[in-house]
Amino acid sequence: MSANISAVFYLISGVLFILALRGLSSPETARRGNFFGILGMVIAITVTFLFIGNFSTSFIYVLIFLLVGGLVGALIAYKIPMTAMPELVAGFHSLVGLAAVFVAISAFLNPEAFNLGSSGDIKFSSLIEMSIGVAIGAITFSGSIIAFLKLRGIMSGSPITFKGQHYINLLLGITIIVLIFYLCKTQSDSFFWGIIGISFLLGFLLIIPIGGADMPVVISMLNSYSGWAAAGIGFTLENSALIITGALVGSSGAILSYIMCKGMNRSFFNVILGGFGATEETTFSKGKEKKPVKSGNAEDAAFLMKNASSVIIVPGYGMAVAQAQHALREMVDTLKKNGIKIKYAIHPVAGRMPGHMNVLLAEANVPYDEVFELEEINNDFANSDVAFVIGANDVTNPIAKTDPKSPIYGMPILDVEKCKSVLFVKRSLSPGYAGVDNELFYRDNTLMLFSDAKKMTEEIVKNLD
Amino acid sequence: MEIDPFIFRLSIFILSIFIGYYVVWSVTPSLHTPLMSVTNAISSVIIVGAIIAGLSSDLENVFNTSNIFGFLAIFLASINIFGGFLVTQRMLQMYKKKKKDK
Repeated sequence: MSANISAVFYLISGVLFILALRGLSSPETARRGNFFGILGMVIAITVTFLFIGNFSTSFIYVLIFLLVGGLVGALIAYKIPMTAMPELVAGFHSLVGLAAVFVAISAFLNPEAFNLGSSGDIKFSSLIEMSIGVAIGAITFSGSIIAFLKLRGIMSGSPITFKGQHYINLLLGITIIVLIFYLCKTQSDSFFWGIIGISFLLGFLLIIPIGGADMPVVISMLNSYSGWAAAGIGFTLENSALIITGALVGSSGAILSYIMCKGMNRSFFNVILGGFGATEETTFSKGKEKKPVKSGNAEDAAFLMKNASSVIIVPGYGMAVAQAQHALREMVDTLKKNGIKIKYAIHPVAGRMPGHMNVLLAEANVPYDEVFELEEINNDFANSDVAFVIGANDVTNPIAKTDPKSPIYGMPILDVEKCKSVLFVKRSLSPGYAGVDNELFYRDNTLMLFSDAKKMTEEIVKNLD
Repeated sequence: MEIDPFIFRLSIFILSIFIGYYVVWSVTPSLHTPLMSVTNAISSVIIVGAIIAGLSSDLENVFNTSNIFGFLAIFLASINIFGGFLVTQRMLQMYKKKKKDK
C-alpha cells in the first residue's frame, strides 16, 4: 500500500474517532459512536499491517502480542465492577503512557524503520517530537500508577507533602528541557534515558501531594496528558490518525479537568499544587464541640419519605464505597409505587471521577431521565419534601455560601438545606474530605441516619412495606 | 519556496484541538465516565507505532531490543484498546435500558 493511500485511511480513522466522541452527546447516539471508534481502530491497525507489508515471522509475534493483550483487556472489561471504574481508567492511562514511552524507545533505537534518519543521526525535529512524547508519556505512566494506588486504597488517599516539593518539581521540569536540548545536540542515548528516568520521577512527585477527593481532577488531567503524549508520538511517526486522536484526547481531558475544578471552585493550580486536605485539620478539630444532633433509624426515615410527595436523592462517594446503588434503586421503586416523585441530583464532583455517580445509577437501572445535574435541579429543592443524602457531604454544605474563610467557600453546592426535611445517611458525624464540619447536621429539620449506606437503605426498604 | 510537511501536521493538530474542544463540550455530563474510557481506547491508536516497530525486523533477529519494545507496546496498547472499547460498550449498554422502567 502506498504512503498516500494509507495516509488517507489514517485520516478516515481520525474522523471516525471524532464521531465516536460526538456520539456521546446523548445516550441514544453513544453506542453508535462507540462503534465508529472501534471501526476507526480496526482501519488504523489494518492499514498499518498492509502498509508495512511484512508478513514474516515477526508478523506472527505481533499478532500474538496483540491477541494476548486484547484478551487481557477484554477480561478486565467484563470483570471490573462499576464501582472500580476510576481505578480502571487510571490504570488504562498508565498503559497508554507506558506504550508511548516504549514506542519512542523503539523509534530511537531503530530510526530507520520509522524513516527518521539513522541511528546517531536522527532528524532534529523528530528528536524533539520524540522526547516530548516520551517525557509526557513517562509522566502519565508514573502519575497514573500513583492515582491508581490511591484510588484502589493501596496507598493512603491523604496528600503527601514535604518542604520544597514544588521547587523540586520545577527543577526536574527544567532538567528535562535541558536534557532534550543536549539530546538534540549530541544524539547521545544517555540523555534519552535520562529524560525518561526524570520524567518518571516527576510524574510520581506531581501526583503524591494530591488528595483523594481531588482525584476527579487528577484523572482528567492524566487523561489529557495521555493525549498529548500520543500526539507527540504522532508527530514523530508523521501519522495523522495519532495526531488527531492525541489532540482530541488532550483537549477532552483538559475540559474535564476544567469542569471538575469549577465544580470545586478551585483553580487548576491550586489542585495541582495539592495538600488541600492536610492543611485543614485545624478547622476540623475546632468545630468539634458537641452540638445537639437528631438521629433516627430506618423506621423514621421510611415514615418521613412515605408521607412526602417528592423526594430528591443526592448520592455521593459513600454510596459507591458501600455499593448501595442497587438497594437505593429498590427503595426508590417502592417509593414510586406509592406515588412519590423521585429525582436524583448529581454534583459535578460527586465520586472519584467525572460522571462516576451517573454510571453507578445507570448500573442499578435508574433511567437517565430521572438524573439531573446541579444547575438543572437546584431550584427544585425548595419545592421538595425530603432530600435523601446518601454518602455525600461537602457538596451539600451551606457554609460554602456563607463563610468566606471556609476552604470550600464559593464552591457550588446542592441546595439540600432548602428542602423541608433532610435525611443524611452517614457512618458518623466526621467531616468530609475538605475537613469542614457540615452545619446541616445540626439543623432541626435534619435527621441523621448513622449506618452503612447499603445497610440503612435495605432497612428502609423493609420498613416501607 | 516549499512548505515543510511539519506545518501541515501542525495544522491538523491545531484544528483537531478545536474540534475536540467543541465536541467534548457537547458531551452530556452523565456520559463523562464513558468519555474517559473511550478516549483511553482511542488514544491507544499509538499501537500503529508499536506495530511498525514490531514488524521492522528481518527474519533472523525478531528479538532485537527495538522489536521487543515494540512487542511490549503492542501488548499494552491492545489491553487498552479492547478493554477501553468493551468497558465503554458495557457502560453504554446500561444507559440504554431507560424505557424498561416505566
